[in-house]
Amino acid sequence: MIEARDLSLTIHGETILDRVSFDMEPGTTFGLVGESGSGKSMTALAIMGLSPRGAKVSGQVLLAGSDLTRLGERDMCAIRGNRISMIFQEPMTALNPVRTIGDQVAETLLIHTRATRAEALKIAEEKLTRVGLPPDRFPLDRYPHELSGGQRQRVCIAMAIALHPELLIADEPTTALDVTTQAQILNLLRDLVEEEGMSLLLITHDLAVVADVADHVAVMQTGRIVEQGATEQLFRTMAHPYTRQLLEASSHQPDRITPPAPEPLLEVEGATRDYVLPRRSFFGPGPTFRAVKDVSFTMQTGESLGLVGESGCGKSTLTRAILGLEPLQGGEIRLFGKPMTPETAGGLRSGIQVVFQDPYGSFNPRWRVDRLVAEPFHLMPERPADWCDRVAMALREVGLPAQAMERYPHEFSGGQRQRIAIARALILRPDLIILDEAVSALDVSIRAEILDLLAALRESHGLAYLFISHDLSVVRSITDRVLVMRAGEIIEEGPTQQVFSHPAHPYTQKLIKAAPTIPAEWKEEEDA
Amino acid sequence: MRIPAQLALGAVISALFLALVALSFVWTPHEVTTLSIAEKLQPPSAKYWLGTDHLGRDLWSMLMEGGRTSIAVAIVAVGIGIGLGVPLGLAAAATRGSLLDEVIMRGNDLIFAFPSLVIAILITAVFGPSATNAILAIGIFNIPVFARVARGGALTIWTQDYILAARVAGKGAARISLEHILPNIANLLIVQGTIQFSLGILAEAGLSYVGLGAQPPTPSWGRMLADAQTFIYSEPQLAILPGLSIVLMVLGLNLMGDGLRDLLDPRIRRART
Repeated sequence: MIEARDLSLTIHGETILDRVSFDMEPGTTFGLVGESGSGKSMTALAIMGLSPRGAKVSGQVLLAGSDLTRLGERDMCAIRGNRISMIFQEPMTALNPVRTIGDQVAETLLIHTRATRAEALKIAEEKLTRVGLPPDRFPLDRYPHELSGGQRQRVCIAMAIALHPELLIADEPTTALDVTTQAQILNLLRDLVEEEGMSLLLITHDLAVVADVADHVAVMQTGRIVEQGATEQLFRTMAHPYTRQLLEASSHQPDRITPPAPEPLLEVEGATRDYVLPRRSFFGPGPTFRAVKDVSFTMQTGESLGLVGESGCGKSTLTRAILGLEPLQGGEIRLFGKPMTPETAGGLRSGIQVVFQDPYGSFNPRWRVDRLVAEPFHLMPERPADWCDRVAMALREVGLPAQAMERYPHEFSGGQRQRIAIARALILRPDLIILDEAVSALDVSIRAEILDLLAALRESHGLAYLFISHDLSVVRSITDRVLVMRAGEIIEEGPTQQVFSHPAHPYTQKLIKAAPTIPAEWKEEEDA
Repeated sequence: MRIPAQLALGAVISALFLALVALSFVWTPHEVTTLSIAEKLQPPSAKYWLGTDHLGRDLWSMLMEGGRTSIAVAIVAVGIGIGLGVPLGLAAAATRGSLLDEVIMRGNDLIFAFPSLVIAILITAVFGPSATNAILAIGIFNIPVFARVARGGALTIWTQDYILAARVAGKGAARISLEHILPNIANLLIVQGTIQFSLGILAEAGLSYVGLGAQPPTPSWGRMLADAQTFIYSEPQLAILPGLSIVLMVLGLNLMGDGLRDLLDPRIRRART
């Protein structure tokens, strides 16, 4: 039984957590939902006694009746990894790359118990088998880089459950994973909670994930729990306006737009892209890997086309080929009937721009916004004399003041940066913007705003979007037509509504089934 | 914009040294080439502010003039390293995996493979011992250091989305290296530069010690240190003073380098104000 009572946390006088209280029963899952900065991760760190330097914690965290906030560092060390353990969002960085998975799972046991190395490895083997990595297929001497993202997350879970913790904290455990992998990991966590009788504190921004997995839910906003209760009850009543707002934002659908008279804009014909892998022997060329296999599709002007696929399916490679950054080994990509290759001159290139996923990595941190937004002018023979006004105008179009020009990217929030990225894509008045997971890193409410902005710009500028994403709900809400890609091939294509309601290919069916959803009947009642 | 305190402190220390060294071109209290054996190993006095060495030369004057060689060697050697090493490293990173990259980096390994002092001895043995040849020898060994740091830093920057955005804007590898990569690895280069600067002074001291650096009677901090070792127990100030000069000079430059790095980074600069 874990209880938080009036847990507050201030950093240098600034309130981060404000009287957070909840309790968790053994064998149940408690979902903590909120947007970035709401304090959900800080709550987990405060429970673990890992709050950052300069933080002052007040209130109580009771683990089986004893107050953890009063324990010293030495006592907390005995509890962490033993009675409370944690898994993180990024399985790529949560494991030590130079140690085998067996050693890493055994480490927890060696620290907290008197087990010998052989015993610890034996238990590690059991735990890895339990999380779905049996030793005949995944020997203990594998290194993290030999595993996929989902498998690594399983290793992290094995480490976390090695000592039967009473509380497992999972901080966005599936955010970095594909939908089908996410479904598997969530199932695993659910089974573990039932079998091991532990409590799971599931921290996420995704309401659908909580609806799927959690027994109880708390919604956090700016350091406070605004609403909590049994999951179904909470979704049915939605007592607090913020909860309602979150739900609406997550299923937000921008207004539909009827595109102008269509004519072919982008034609991809039999595109094939090979990569040369590292050489196996000193002599002779290395083997090749075909990332994109004979892909063909046509986009019309003003169309919004979705490209859905899991990581490693070749969608990013295809994007770079369409942008004319990498050569094709077969087939052709044409923009307005003219071929697009790495040799293509600037004039044609200015018809196509791109917005990336990561609002933090998209900008040179040493440049001011005016220079950043004006960068595509390089495609023109010379920078127009009124470039400054045009930058200001592009910023205005994405809802930012002209004063933003004089500032640096780090002074903006994630959503604002994504607006700047859109301004940069707009500055040359392109016909096609490729949105490469452009809203995946954003909070739901910000995401809804950006989707509205994109819809408005599409209407006013007659833009076409190629919307690349692994997030099915977003693709569903913003595209007219959708392509489903797997292992370098397009396996299904059709109008978005049709593909989503009647998927023809088994893989598409699997994808759509794996995506977590909030049961429809929970919402209907609220509308009635 | 406020100037970081460490930058100011570092600049004051460095400027003080540079001013004294510059002054030595026109004036020193005593001629450093004048020997006066009768007045050897004198303690500090009104005539000899810091005393004299074993040949009766004024220590203060020697420090002023010796700084000339030491600082010149270090600055030029770091300059050679940055001037040739950074473009090579950027080129290697821009063409990563290509033949050019291999040639540059294997060439680096080749230079790294030899102990720097051995090659410096070789160079000076072939071309004759002099300060110029010492500068060249030390400078050549700075090239692979900067090439490696530049390539390593550049490789991580090349994977950033803003590089992709620049390529979508039609920019070539050379322009991207100059506009995007170089400013973002400047902090690495500044830190490495200050380290190499201090190593340069020490390397010159080492070369002078074996008689291959600046030739007598030209003083240098390194040789003063080397000469002083015979008297280290009886006259420790002979070793301490040039040693202290090296330490202070390097400290000043390190502080300045750190401050400069912060000043050049808009993320830190804004946080400060």
